[in-house]
Amino acid sequence: MDMTTPLVEMREISIAFGGIKAVDHASVDLHAGEVVGLLGHNGAGKSTLIKILSGAYRADAGEIRIAGEPVAISSPRDAKRHGIETIYQTLALADNVDAAANIFLGRELLTAWGTLDDSAMEAETRKVMGRLNPHFRRFKEPVKALSGGQRQSVAIARAIYFNARVLIMDEPTAALGPAETKQVADLILELKKQGIGIFLISHDLHDVFDLADRVSVMKNGKVVGSAHVRDVTQDEVLGMIISGKCPPGAVAGPGALRS
Amino acid sequence: MTESVPAPATPSQDAKSFADHLRAIEFDARMIGMIAALAVIWLGFNWLSGGAFLTPRNLWNLSVQTASVAVMACGMVLVIVTRNIDLSVGSMLGFVGMVTGLVQAQLLPGLLGFEHPATWLLSILAAVALGGLIGLFQGALIAYLAIPSFIVTLGGLLVWRGGAWWVTQGQTIAPMDSRFRPLGGGIEGAIGTSASWAIGLVICALIVAGIAFARRRRKRYGFALRPLWAEIVLAALACGTVVGAVAIANSYALPAGVARRLVEAKGGTWPEGGLTIGHGLAVPVLLALAVGVAMSFLARRLRFGRYVFSIGGNPEAAQLSGVNTRKVLMLVYGLMGMLVGIAACISTARLNAATNSAGQLDELYVIAAAVIGGTSLAGGVGTIAGAMLGALVMQSLQSGMVLIGVDTPLQNIVVGIVLVLAVWLDGLYRKRLG
Ligand SMILES: Nc1ncnc2c1ncn2[C@@H]1O[C@H](COP(=O)(O)OP(=O)(O)O)[C@@H](O)[C@H]1O
Ligand SMILES: [Mg+2]
Repeated sequence: MDMTTPLVEMREISIAFGGIKAVDHASVDLHAGEVVGLLGHNGAGKSTLIKILSGAYRADAGEIRIAGEPVAISSPRDAKRHGIETIYQTLALADNVDAAANIFLGRELLTAWGTLDDSAMEAETRKVMGRLNPHFRRFKEPVKALSGGQRQSVAIARAIYFNARVLIMDEPTAALGPAETKQVADLILELKKQGIGIFLISHDLHDVFDLADRVSVMKNGKVVGSAHVRDVTQDEVLGMIISGKCPPGAVAGPGALRS
Repeated sequence: MTESVPAPATPSQDAKSFADHLRAIEFDARMIGMIAALAVIWLGFNWLSGGAFLTPRNLWNLSVQTASVAVMACGMVLVIVTRNIDLSVGSMLGFVGMVTGLVQAQLLPGLLGFEHPATWLLSILAAVALGGLIGLFQGALIAYLAIPSFIVTLGGLLVWRGGAWWVTQGQTIAPMDSRFRPLGGGIEGAIGTSASWAIGLVICALIVAGIAFARRRRKRYGFALRPLWAEIVLAALACGTVVGAVAIANSYALPAGVARRLVEAKGGTWPEGGLTIGHGLAVPVLLALAVGVAMSFLARRLRFGRYVFSIGGNPEAAQLSGVNTRKVLMLVYGLMGMLVGIAACISTARLNAATNSAGQLDELYVIAAAVIGGTSLAGGVGTIAGAMLGALVMQSLQSGMVLIGVDTPLQNIVVGIVLVLAVWLDGLYRKRLG
């Protein structure tokens, strides 16, 4: 195991929604320049766990540390201040405004007069979108008019534009075709090279094995176990997802099946 | 960062629909449709009334009668854009009007003496402050206690109407301060022909400067530009409208007696054959236009407006982006209340009295104006200019029907049908545009 201080540590995080323990004493961590895959069935609690890190929810219990320091993240603004950017599973785009307005929402560029600098925002948007989706042209249209892949690019652009230290990607390729998925994979590797830590939530086990350094598997809100991808096989990880059985190559969590 | 030039937009390379193209040059087809509808209404009534509609007198009155609802419609756009509603504006207008009347006719004279030169300004400030506070209070209930806006403002509709009665136990307060009365229009609220020309020319200069400025910005970033002819046509149309409006207002002559007093007050002599002096633009109309420009600026150029629209598009997304959605919502209602305060001043000044029934049913006209003007009740969509035009459409219908002698029940029926029809057509239009 890596012995340096992790960039992000989530320790013993719990949250319940009206009696349902969506996340139950879950602990995960992430180092700079590392990709950690979060796996698990639908409803396992992956999105909820990372939404606590991104400030969308407040944990009932548990601790979050950034670079070893305990931090309080009580709003999305707090998370962004710590350099945590998120691509939500639902994309979280305002459908009625254009790509630039979405990318800069809450962090608008202003003119010297304090008014919105739409031209500057559009210019920056053209740059960042040019990197993600070179054929994108519909800068003036509400994002509602865009295709699923284009919308996803806008959500990704918003997350990478602001020099994130930690990037959370919740099913970032769900709406993408093979070519676009490949682009996102390349992007992840590039960001990783820049030293950004990435939580990657995905359904696709192959993708995760290709991109991630480690995986953590969740089931019923609990962490089944965590492992370096080189220490476990895909079949073993599938077993963790389905039955909660923790293989010898993994560190068992509270959700592991006891034998 | 602002110096960099990105890859220039190359719309010609893509197969683009006509609508895409219009959008690329920021051309608002919907607005053109509304203006066409207004033209049809005006010409129709003019024909039905045997030429009585398109007279300076009628158009001048129409503009004055539209002012109060137009001011409130500006705020209602923002309220509806956030997926909320405000049913209380009519009652609030009644209440704020009564309190303002009381302040002006009893409180301030007691403190400063009758007809003090500051009375009119203090009255307006009091009305705006009171309206703003009421709006903030209702907004806080909606935003922080999560009570549906329909319910909070339905409660407000009853509470403030009752409150309007309570202020004086139902008694009407009159007359108003003589410097306050021009706010309502009328003869003392017409600014005269020279001042109207001056204001008209300033507006034209601002229009041209604005268009040129926007074009320069787009050029600097290498974005698609409107063809130059389109810019020139647009500027010419806008300036033509302004000049036309001033010419019409100036050609509406003051009554001879008033004109004579005016001339003699300036030390002139009244000529043998008489003299025609025009009204010029009306104060409430200028006030409404100023409010419209300020609110458009807020909605389109300020961060606050951007937040309002993004909340309407997706409240969760706005919140996840770090927007303080509750605060923004509360402030939207505060703003709505301040505009009700201004509208209350206009109404009170026009009646030259504060009555507890002022503003009755105004909430419906204001909402209808916003909706006819293209504000979507689903949220996220609407323009200030559209709502002001919507107010003008509504008032044109009513004035026109009065002019051709349609009685009140039938007027209501027609207005109701037009409202439903307009929203249906707008829905069709949006669907076609995708
Ligand atoms: N806002 C919420 N209110 C109530 N229950 C929720 C909420 N968000 C998530 N849940 C519940 O928490 C559990 C975990 O959901 P989620 O984190 O979305 O799972 P995953 O992302 O792993 O598919 C599910 O049972 C879901 O129904
Ligand atoms: Mg999920």
